[in-house]
Amino acid sequence: MQAYIIRRLLALIPTLFFASVIVFVTVRMIPGDVIDLMLSQNDIAAAKMGREQLEKALGFDTPMWIQYGKWVGGILLHGDFGRSLWQNTPVGEQLLARLPITFELGLMALFFGLLIAIPIGVYSAVRQDSGSDYAARSFSILMLAVPSFWIGTMVMVFPSIWWGWSPPMRFVSFTADPLGNLSQMITPAIILGFGLSALTMRLTRTMMLEVLRQDFIRTAWAKGLGEELVVMRHALRNALIPVVTLIGLQAPLLIGGAVIMEQIFVIPGMGLLLLDAVSQRDYPIITGVFLIVGVAVMAINLVVDLSYGLLDPKVRYR
Amino acid sequence: MAPSDLSLADTSLAVPPRRPRNPVLLFIGRLFREKPLGAVCAVIFVLFLLCGIFADLLAPYGYNQISPLNRLKPPSMKWPFGTDNLGRDMLSRCLYGAQLSVIIGFCAAGIATFISVVLGIVSGYLGGKFDLIVQRFVDAWMSFPDLIILIVVVSVVGPGMIQIICTLGLLLGIAGSRIIRGAVVSVRENMYVHAAQSTGASTFRVLWRHILPNVMAPVIVLFTTRVGTVILAESGLSFLGLGVPPPAPTWGGLLSGSGRTYMLQGPWLALAPGLCLTVVVYATNMFGDALRDLLDPRMRGSR
Repeated sequence: MQAYIIRRLLALIPTLFFASVIVFVTVRMIPGDVIDLMLSQNDIAAAKMGREQLEKALGFDTPMWIQYGKWVGGILLHGDFGRSLWQNTPVGEQLLARLPITFELGLMALFFGLLIAIPIGVYSAVRQDSGSDYAARSFSILMLAVPSFWIGTMVMVFPSIWWGWSPPMRFVSFTADPLGNLSQMITPAIILGFGLSALTMRLTRTMMLEVLRQDFIRTAWAKGLGEELVVMRHALRNALIPVVTLIGLQAPLLIGGAVIMEQIFVIPGMGLLLLDAVSQRDYPIITGVFLIVGVAVMAINLVVDLSYGLLDPKVRYR
Repeated sequence: MAPSDLSLADTSLAVPPRRPRNPVLLFIGRLFREKPLGAVCAVIFVLFLLCGIFADLLAPYGYNQISPLNRLKPPSMKWPFGTDNLGRDMLSRCLYGAQLSVIIGFCAAGIATFISVVLGIVSGYLGGKFDLIVQRFVDAWMSFPDLIILIVVVSVVGPGMIQIICTLGLLLGIAGSRIIRGAVVSVRENMYVHAAQSTGASTFRVLWRHILPNVMAPVIVLFTTRVGTVILAESGLSFLGLGVPPPAPTWGGLLSGSGRTYMLQGPWLALAPGLCLTVVVYATNMFGDALRDLLDPRMRGSR
């Protein structure tokens, strides 16, 4: 197990290297832009310094690979992501403040996604080819096609026309007011959960169908166990293992969806931070969010792979 | 023997003239017989394509034709989808939105498929260190959510149709190369490939004449499903205000921006574009699934 973890971590190094290069190169493709913007916005400090000094202050005057080295070195050695070009605050602090909010939204969305997907997937497998099976499957395929931002928009519009209800928009942190925080997060989380549930539902159904045909299930039936026991204890446990992998694969989808939900429901998470930074071309923040998101996805996938051993004793890490 | 018998025997013996059957028509026949839902979705897909191509002829009004007297009219015979806050006809705007979706969807999916094919075939066929490095790069690329990459790239290159087509093409192209690579790795070990190699065929010839024709099925399926992915991604981007800038009526853009502030007064503004998106993406996905089942059963269940 330990050897496996070490090997997995070593295998992450080239991926992380490529990821950081992608992040760095993508964002620095047009380094002159932000300076143009700062000069044109009559930023007093910027106007005082002039173009060349500004370039120097922002570190744009050195060759790209030196900038890259400094940037990576700063992150690895001091956890320093640079400073925001506009507010001049450390980017690391901002990321740290925003990360838990997006994490909470993602976790809640995942919870609702599984809450919707697994019972329907199981039911649809147990009653294969029945009317409700067809309904559940069509619904899941439909959920793949409905854009989450459309559902979000409709949730903002129709309940307020019909019942005068609209989702709470003033953000309160979980520590200050847990109930208020949850009541704001729950709507976007359910919408995101619906989007996630589509593939999970399909996979749960497929895996259940496969497991239900196996010998040990027949044995369980033959022993005279009830349906609930056979399905829940014997079949579901074995069917869920590949479903866990799918959670890892869906992590990018979840984070991408969170950006849109944060924008619609005004939740100050990583997504909103990114969108604000994009509109101001605040490159250190954009780079920071970009990198953190990539690393988060890799970390989630690593955790998912490692959790295999807990779920399935047959898996041996070599 | 009576002459009539002879003629009877003649006709039964005569080989009926075999008309060369068009493989495309044969395939369409199979689609309708075996996958009725897929066929319906194929029809919707083609209708969407036609709407996009002939939007200028079909739209009753211009997409930016303002008529202040008719602002925020609910759906009626004159304006089937209603009008927006400037009195612009939503049906016409949705039709022109289809045009933008067709252009962006097909161009970006085309570029994406091309990149996937080149990268996937070369990486899958050559194998070895090259494959290893390319695959680590693809790993890194795929650990970023599509939408985040799009937002970041658009923030650098600026919003606009060409930028979005190129970015989406590159983004989905690199991610899709995995699927083509997988197909190539299994085709590579076939006897006819070894035969070609042993007769001294150049690498390019093997790739072009032997590998590519045998991975055409996944390539076609990849292209079709990519059209849906691109349309959805573009609409998400336009929704965030980073897509094709207004007044271009993209479906995602229609749901955001100025439309959004008037939705409480005109809820139909929220319905039509979203419905168009959902129907088209659903049809594209189902059509792609049906194609995959018919062309390439091995790919079933993978996406």
